[in-house]
Amino acid sequence: MSTPSAVAKKRPKHLDLPKIRLPIPGVVSILHRISGTVMFLVLIPVLLRCLDSSLASQESFEDLRFQLGSWVAKLVVIGLSWAFIHHFLAGIRYLLLDLHIGIDLPTTRFWSKVVLVAGMLLTLLVAVAIW
Amino acid sequence: MVKRIVVGAHYGLRDWLMQRVTAVVMLLATLVFAAFFLTHPSAQFEDWQWFFSYQAVRVLALLFFLSLYLHAWVGVRDILMDYIQPVGVRLTLQVATIVALVSYALWTVSILWRG
Repeated sequence: MSTPSAVAKKRPKHLDLPKIRLPIPGVVSILHRISGTVMFLVLIPVLLRCLDSSLASQESFEDLRFQLGSWVAKLVVIGLSWAFIHHFLAGIRYLLLDLHIGIDLPTTRFWSKVVLVAGMLLTLLVAVAIW
Repeated sequence: MVKRIVVGAHYGLRDWLMQRVTAVVMLLATLVFAAFFLTHPSAQFEDWQWFFSYQAVRVLALLFFLSLYLHAWVGVRDILMDYIQPVGVRLTLQVATIVALVSYALWTVSILWRG
């Protein structure tokens, strides 16, 4: 086994982020991470706060409905909806890839595009429904 | 003949499996809750309270949230391991993540089974 450092030195490094052209499955992958991080930081506390208010009493339920009616809240809901929908669809794709379904390059590129576009379209549907 | 030297803490497969099992649990629970919202588009407080009066719904909600917290732990820890290199900072963020998730779990139980 060669020492890792001797090999590593010869490798070209392209860590200049704007120069890296990520393939479509890579875009879906990094968005899976970003959407997951956003949901951990924002969706979980927001969701618990909403669940709490919605079940506590009639008054807190109506308060929540009023708060969610503002356009700022609607924008947050739309953003979080995208994070959830993208993560959900990309996650189903990963479960299928785990089962070795659609792992050849043309297929995986095709379904990556489907995940990316479907996530945006479903988010648009949510936006239209709540606005 | 290559003699492989396997190193590490051996939690890889367990966490890989945990991430998939919790994902499937959340997927199924999401479908049940989505079905409620689609069949009750203008749900009022009474409808919502009636839905959560069923013990099965509360248990399903708890299963969803506990899966969410375990799933978030594996995911956040992977992200911290990849992007946060200083050990002290990473450990601090990991501890903060655990504290947040355990607090969320306690909050969830208190919401679903309030007195």
